[in-house]
Amino acid sequence: MQDMGIDVLFKGTNFLRLCQGLWVTLRIALLSMAFSLVLGFLMGMVMNVRNRFVKAFCRFYLEIVRIMPQLVLLFLVYFGAAKHLGIDFSGEYAAVIVFTFWGTAEMGDLVRSALVSIPKHQYESGYAIGLKKRQVYLYIIIPQIVRRMLPSTINLLTRMIKTTSLVVLIGVVEVVKVGKQIIDSSRYTAPAAALWVYGLIFIMYFVICFPFSRLSTLIEKRYAEYK
Amino acid sequence: MKKRILALFLLLGITAGIIAGCTSTDKSNKEHIDRSIDDIKKSGVIKIGIFSDKNPFGYVDDNGEVQGYDVYFAKRIAKDLLGSEENVEFSYVEAASRVEYLKSGKVDIILANFTVTEERSKQVDFALPYMKVALGIVSPENALITCTDDLKGKNLIVVKGTTAETYFTENHSDINLIKFDEYQEAYDALLDGRADAFSTDNTEVLAWAMRNKGFAVGVEALGNTDAIAPAVRKGNTELLNWINDEIKSLADEQFFHADFEATLKDVYGDSVDADSLVVEGGVIK
Repeated sequence: MQDMGIDVLFKGTNFLRLCQGLWVTLRIALLSMAFSLVLGFLMGMVMNVRNRFVKAFCRFYLEIVRIMPQLVLLFLVYFGAAKHLGIDFSGEYAAVIVFTFWGTAEMGDLVRSALVSIPKHQYESGYAIGLKKRQVYLYIIIPQIVRRMLPSTINLLTRMIKTTSLVVLIGVVEVVKVGKQIIDSSRYTAPAAALWVYGLIFIMYFVICFPFSRLSTLIEKRYAEYK
Repeated sequence: MKKRILALFLLLGITAGIIAGCTSTDKSNKEHIDRSIDDIKKSGVIKIGIFSDKNPFGYVDDNGEVQGYDVYFAKRIAKDLLGSEENVEFSYVEAASRVEYLKSGKVDIILANFTVTEERSKQVDFALPYMKVALGIVSPENALITCTDDLKGKNLIVVKGTTAETYFTENHSDINLIKFDEYQEAYDALLDGRADAFSTDNTEVLAWAMRNKGFAVGVEALGNTDAIAPAVRKGNTELLNWINDEIKSLADEQFFHADFEATLKDVYGDSVDADSLVVEGGVIK
C-alpha cells in the first residue's frame, strides 16, 4: 500500500504538473513582491510626510490591509470587480493585485519605521560634509535602511509565498491545488497518496523559501563587513 | 516639499481611480456580463465551471486531462453548440464559490454537480436536471451510524456550501458540524478519525466507501431526493432554454446512460443501478 502512494507522484505528468503549480506560486509571489518593493518604498516616504490628511489616509490604508483577510480581498477583486465594475481580471492577475496591495502596505510600514530609526545626526553629518540631499539619501540613509529592512522583507516574501495557497479559491491552480487534484484523481486506486503528495509539496515550499533566507543571511553578513 | 508633492500626486491618482471605478458602475453591466448564444458563438468558446477534485464527476487525471460525468456532458454541450469538443474553456470552481462564478460572469454555465435548492434558485437559474441524489452518511464500520439519532452530540463532517451543510444546520442542531472547504480535506479528516461520520451526496459516499476498507454507508438516502442540474446566470434565459432543449433532445440517444457507462461504471461497479442516479430528458422518475 505504502509504495503505491509514492508511485502516484511520478505517474503520467503528475510531477511536471506539480512543478508547474509551484511555478505559478512563485510567479505570483515574486511579481507581487517586486511591485510591493517599488510601491512600498514610495509608500514609506509618503507615510513620513508631516501632513495630517496624508497621515490619516496612510493609516486608513494600513488598517484596511491589516484588518481584512486576504481571502476577502481576493474575492472583492476577482468577483466584485467583474460584478460591479465589469472588469474581468484573470485569477492570477487578481492575485497579483491583492498581494501587491497587501505587500505595499507592509513594505511601506517597514520603510517608514526604518527611516524613523535612522538617527538625526546621520543626516546632519552628511550635510555638514557638504553632501546634497540626494547624496545623503543615496550614500548614507538608503544603505542603512536596506540593511535594517532586509530580514523583515525576506520574511514578508516567504509569507507571501505561503499565502498563495489561498488563490485556489479564485480558480488559480497553484501547487497545493495540483496536489489536491492528484490525490483526488487517485483516491480510488491509491488512497495513501495524500501523505506523499503533501510531503512533496512540503519539500517544494522549503526548496523555494530556503534560498531566500540564505540569501538574506549572506547579504547581511556582507553588509556587516563594511560596518 | 518634494514629499508633499509626491503625496498629492499619489492621492490624486487614487481618487481618480476610485471615481473612474464608480462611473463605470453606473452603466449597469448586466448585458455586458450575460453572454448570449451569439456572443458565445462569436468568441468561439463556451466557459464552463467544473470541479477539478471531485472524482468521478469532475477531476484531473494523471495526464492533466479533465475527466468525469460532468465533463463528459460539458464537452457534448461544446460540440453541439460550437461544433467541437475542444471549444470549451474550463474554470475549476470550489463548492462555496459556484454561485459567485455565475453572478460575476466568470463562466457561462456551472456544471459542477450543482444540486438544485430553493435558496440557490433565487440566485441562479437552473436548467433541467441530468442527475439525482440524496444525502448519505458514511462512517467507520465498527461504529456505524445508521440513523441521524446515532449522531446526537457527535461530530459530523460536512463540506462548506453543500446541501449537507444546510440540511444538518436546519434540521439537526444537536449534531456538532465540522466544516471543511474541500472534499479532499473532509475525507482526510474522516480517515484520520477526527470525526464520527461524514455526510454529503450519496453518490459521493457510496463510491468512496466502496474503495475504502473499514468504512460503510449506514444511511443511504436522507432528506429529499435532489436534482442536479446545469446552472446559468439569473436572467440568461436564452442560454437556459438552449440547455433545456439540448437535454430533452439527448434523451433520444440515452446520452446520460452512455455518460454513466463511460465515467461512473468503474467507480460504482454493478452494485449501483444507472437509473438510480441518471436522469434522462430532465424528467425525474
